[in-house]
Amino acid sequence: MDFFTEHLLTAILFSPVVAGLVLLFLPGEEKKLLRVAAFIGSLIPLALSLILWFRFDPTATGFQFEEQAAWYEAINSSFHLGVDGISLAMILLTAILTPLAILASFGISDRVKAYMILFLFLETGMLGVFMSLDLLIFFVFYEIGLVPMYFLINQWGSATGERKLWGGMVVPARTYASFKFMVYTMGASLGLLLAIQMIGVVSGTFDLPELYRSWTSLSGTYFGLDIAQVKTIAFWAFTIAFALKVPVWPFHTWLPDAHTEAPTAGSMILAGVLLKLGAYGFIRLVLPLYPDQAKYFAGAIAFLAVMAIIFGAFASYGQTDFKRLVAYSSVNHMGFVVLGIAAAALSVGTENAVIAMNGTVLQMFNHGLSAAGMFFLVGVLYDRTHTRDLTKYGGLFPLIPVYGGILIFTSMASLGLPGLNGFVSEFLVVRGAWPVLTLHTALSMIGLLFTGAYILKGIKSTLHGPVNKEWIGHLKEIDKRELLVIVPLMALMLWLGIWPGWLLGVINHTVTALFG
Amino acid sequence: MAFPILSIIVFTPLAAGLLLLLVPGEKQNEIRVAALGAAAFTLLLSIFVYFGYDEGVGGYQFVEKYGWLPQLGVSYYVGVDGLNAPLVLLTGIVMFTGVLISWKIDDRPREFFAFLFILATGVFGVFVALDLFMLFFFYEIAVFPMYLLIAIWGWKVTREYAAMKLTLYLFIGSVIALVGALGMYFASGLGTFDMIALEQANFSPGFQAWAFPMVFMGFAVLGGLFPFHNWSPVGHVAAPTAVSMFHAGVLMKLGAFAALRVGMMLLPQGAQMWMPVVLFLALINVVYGAFIAMVQTDFKYVIGYSSVSHMGLVMFGLASMSRTGFVGAGMQMFSHGVMTALFFAAVGMVYDRAHTREIPKLGGIAKNLPVVAVTFIIGGLVSMGMPGFSGFVAEFPIFMGVWGGGSSPINTNWNFAAWVMPLIAIIAAISIVVTASYIIRIIRKVFFGEMPAEFEGHITSISALDKVALIFLATILILLGIFPSLMVPMVESGVENVLRLFGGA
Repeated sequence: MDFFTEHLLTAILFSPVVAGLVLLFLPGEEKKLLRVAAFIGSLIPLALSLILWFRFDPTATGFQFEEQAAWYEAINSSFHLGVDGISLAMILLTAILTPLAILASFGISDRVKAYMILFLFLETGMLGVFMSLDLLIFFVFYEIGLVPMYFLINQWGSATGERKLWGGMVVPARTYASFKFMVYTMGASLGLLLAIQMIGVVSGTFDLPELYRSWTSLSGTYFGLDIAQVKTIAFWAFTIAFALKVPVWPFHTWLPDAHTEAPTAGSMILAGVLLKLGAYGFIRLVLPLYPDQAKYFAGAIAFLAVMAIIFGAFASYGQTDFKRLVAYSSVNHMGFVVLGIAAAALSVGTENAVIAMNGTVLQMFNHGLSAAGMFFLVGVLYDRTHTRDLTKYGGLFPLIPVYGGILIFTSMASLGLPGLNGFVSEFLVVRGAWPVLTLHTALSMIGLLFTGAYILKGIKSTLHGPVNKEWIGHLKEIDKRELLVIVPLMALMLWLGIWPGWLLGVINHTVTALFG
Repeated sequence: MAFPILSIIVFTPLAAGLLLLLVPGEKQNEIRVAALGAAAFTLLLSIFVYFGYDEGVGGYQFVEKYGWLPQLGVSYYVGVDGLNAPLVLLTGIVMFTGVLISWKIDDRPREFFAFLFILATGVFGVFVALDLFMLFFFYEIAVFPMYLLIAIWGWKVTREYAAMKLTLYLFIGSVIALVGALGMYFASGLGTFDMIALEQANFSPGFQAWAFPMVFMGFAVLGGLFPFHNWSPVGHVAAPTAVSMFHAGVLMKLGAFAALRVGMMLLPQGAQMWMPVVLFLALINVVYGAFIAMVQTDFKYVIGYSSVSHMGLVMFGLASMSRTGFVGAGMQMFSHGVMTALFFAAVGMVYDRAHTREIPKLGGIAKNLPVVAVTFIIGGLVSMGMPGFSGFVAEFPIFMGVWGGGSSPINTNWNFAAWVMPLIAIIAAISIVVTASYIIRIIRKVFFGEMPAEFEGHITSISALDKVALIFLATILILLGIFPSLMVPMVESGVENVLRLFGGA
C-alpha cells in the first residue's frame, strides 16, 4: 500500500481541522470568501471519502485502512483508526452532509468565520467517532463534538423565544436549549467515562479489536462483584449514554429543544449525523463488548425503542411548530434504528439479526438524508416567513410550487413511501425484528401509522388548504443555492429507494461477519 | 564542572529583583523591559532543562551539590527528575506570562516586580531542592513576598485580611511540617538533610505513623487540601492578577509537590498508613470545591474554588497509591497550573475594564475582547476535563488510578472491600458535571449575552502583550491535550522513582 492509502483515514479525519485553521487566517470581513473557503474545505474530506469508498474492499472481513500510532502510552491507549462497512457508510454520510450544511448556512452573516470554523471542527469530531478503534479515542471524539455544537446553538440559534426556568428565571430559549444539550449529554456520558476507566483498569488496554477478544472472555471477580454483574453495570452505563444520544424515550427531551433553537445547518447535522453517533455506539461498542447482556436486556431496549416510535409519532403529530414536528419525527425514526439493534442483539447468529442490522445501518443512513433534508426545508420556509407556526402557513403550494414539490418528495421519503429510501430500511428492520420481537414490532406499527399522519399534517398545514393571504406576493421561490443543497439529497433518496444494493452491498458483508 | 543551569534558573529572578530595586523608580519602562528580559531568560533556561532532561536515563539530572553547612549536614543540593522538571517549566511559563500581563501596573512597578521575582526564586528553589533544609529555606522565601504583594497591591476591600490569613495559614502549616522534618533529621541518625540519603533511612513504622501526617498535612495546607483550603480562595481574590496567577498556578503546586517529595517519598509507610484519610479529604476537596464554585457570584471566587476542586484531584491521584494515579497527579499539576494562570489572567483583564466581578452584572464581553473569550473558553474546556485538552489527559489517569487503587501493589496497608475505591471514583466524577455547569454558566453570562449599558466604551481591547500571554497559555493546553506524549513519559520516569521508594517499581 502506498503512503496515501495507508494514511487515508488520517487525511479524511484532519482535513476539516486544517481547513478550519486556514480559515482562521482569512480576514473576518470577507464573508463571501470565508463561506466559499469553508465549502471547499468540506469538499476535501468528501473527495477523500469517495476515494476511500472505491478503494474499500467490501468482500474482506475485519477492519481496513487500519492505522495505529502511539498516543497515551502510560495507559496503553493508542491512536488506532480503521473502517468496516458500517463505519464506511457513516463516514460517507458525514462527508456528504457537511458540505451541504455549510452550503445551507451561506445565509449566516454574523461572525461567519467563527461559525464556519466550528462547523469544520465538528466534522472532525464526528468522523473521528466513526473511525476510532480505541475506546479512549472514541470517547475523545464523542465528547469533543459537543463543544462546537453547543456554540452553534448558543450563538447562532434562533434569536427569539424565551424559556421560564424552574424557579422563575427567564432565559433566552437558545441558552436553555444549548445548556440542556451540553449538560444532558455530558451527564449521560459520565457513566460511559467511568465504565471506560473501569475497562481500562480491568483489561489494561483500550484497543477495541483486543477488547473484543479479551473483555468478552473475561472471568473472575472484580471490585468484589462477579464479572457478570460488573459487565451488567457497565452495559447500562454504555447503554444510557448512547440511548440519550440516539435518543430513545425517555431520554429524548433535550432533542426537540436543541433542534428548535439550532440554526438550520446545525439541525441538519444534529439530526443527520450526531444522533447516529449514539446508534453507532450501540453497534460498535455495546453489542460486541456485551453480547450476553445485550441479548438479556434486548427486550427492555426494544421496549424503549417502541415507546420512542409511538410517542415520537404522537408528539410529532401534536406539534404546531414545524421544526418541533420534524424534531419529534427524528425520535420516531431513530426508534426503528434502536429496534433493529435490539432485534440483532437478541437473535445474534441468525438470519434475522443480519436482516435487522442491515436495516438498522441503512436506516441510519436514510434518516440522515431525510432528516437533514426536512430540517433544511423547514429552514428555507422559515427564512422567508420568519415563523415556524404551522397555523400561520396554509395554501402555499400555488405560491411556491417548486418548493412544494420538493417538500412533498422529501416528506414522502421520510414517511417511508415505497420507491424512496425510507421504505427499504424500515422494511428490513421490521422484517428482522418480527420473528424475535413480535409484540414489540406489532406495537411499533401504531407509530408507523401516525408517521403517515404527522407527515401529512405537515404537508397539509403548509401547502394545502385556504391560502393565508398574508403571504401572497411575499414568498420567494426556492433559489439556486438552496436547490444545490436539496437536490443531491433527493437524488440519493431516490437512488437508495430504487436500488439500495450499492450501499447494502458494503454494509451486508460486515454485518454478516459480525452478526451472522 | 557542568554548567550550573539550575542555580542560574533559581537565582536569576532573585538577582534581577535586587537589581531592579537599584533602578530609579520613575524609569518605569526600563524596569518593565528589564523584568521581561529576566523572565524570558528564565523561561528559556527552564525550557532547556525540560527538553534537556533525558527520561530514558531517568533519576536526578542537572545535579549540583555544594556543602553549605557541613557541620549540620546541610548542603546546597539541587536536581530535577521527571516530576519536577515539568514544574520548573511551569514556573518559567507563569513567570513570563505574569510579567507580560502586569505591564500596566503603575503603582510602584519596581517593587512589584522585585517581590514577584523573589517569590519566583523561592518557588524554583523548592521545586529543585534535594536537601530538606534548602527546601524549607526556599519555601519560606516563597511565602513571605506573597504577604507584601497581596497587602500592598491587592484588591482594596479584602487585601489586609486575605494577606494575613494566607500568611498565617501557610506559616503554621510549614512549622508543623518543619517539626516533622526535624524529626526525620534526628530519627534517621544520618546527620544529614540530604533527601536522597534520607530516602534510604528506613524510618521505623511507628515514627512514620506520626511524622507523615505532620509533614504531609503541613505542606498540603499550601496545596489547598480540605479543610485547610479556605485561605486559598480569599487569597486568590485579593491578590493582583499576576500574583493570583502565581498563587494558583504555581504556589499551590508547591504544596502538593512538597507533600509528595517530603511526605510520601521520605515516609512511604506513613503514606500507606494514612492513605484513606488523604483520599477522603481529597474527595471532599474535589466534590465540595466544585459545588462551592458553582454557587459563587464573584467571577474570581469561582475560579478560586475551582482551583480547590482541581488541586483536590492532584491529592486524589497521590492518595490512589497507584502508578496511573501518580502519573495523573503529575500531569494535573502542570495542566492546572497553566489553566488557572490563564483563568486569572482573563479574569484580571475583565475586571480591569469592567471594575466589577459580579457575574450577574457582567455580559457581552466577548464582543470587545474576543481573544480573552476564546482563550477563557479553552481554559474552561480544560477545566471540565473535555477530551482533546490537557485536563482530560490528566484527570483520566487519576480516576483510573483510584479505580485500580484497591489492588495496587503499593497499597499494602489497607484491605478495603473491593467496591470501595470504585465507589470513591464514581462519587468524585460528580464534580465533572458540576464543573461543566458552572463553567458554561460563566462563559455564557460573562462573555456572551447583552453587554450592560454602563460598560459601553469601557471595555477597551487588550494589548498585544496580553494577547501573547493568553494565546501562549492556551496553546500549551491544547498541545498537551492532543499530544500527551510531550510530557507523560517524563512524568512516568519520575513516578518510577516514587514507586521504587514504595518498593513496588
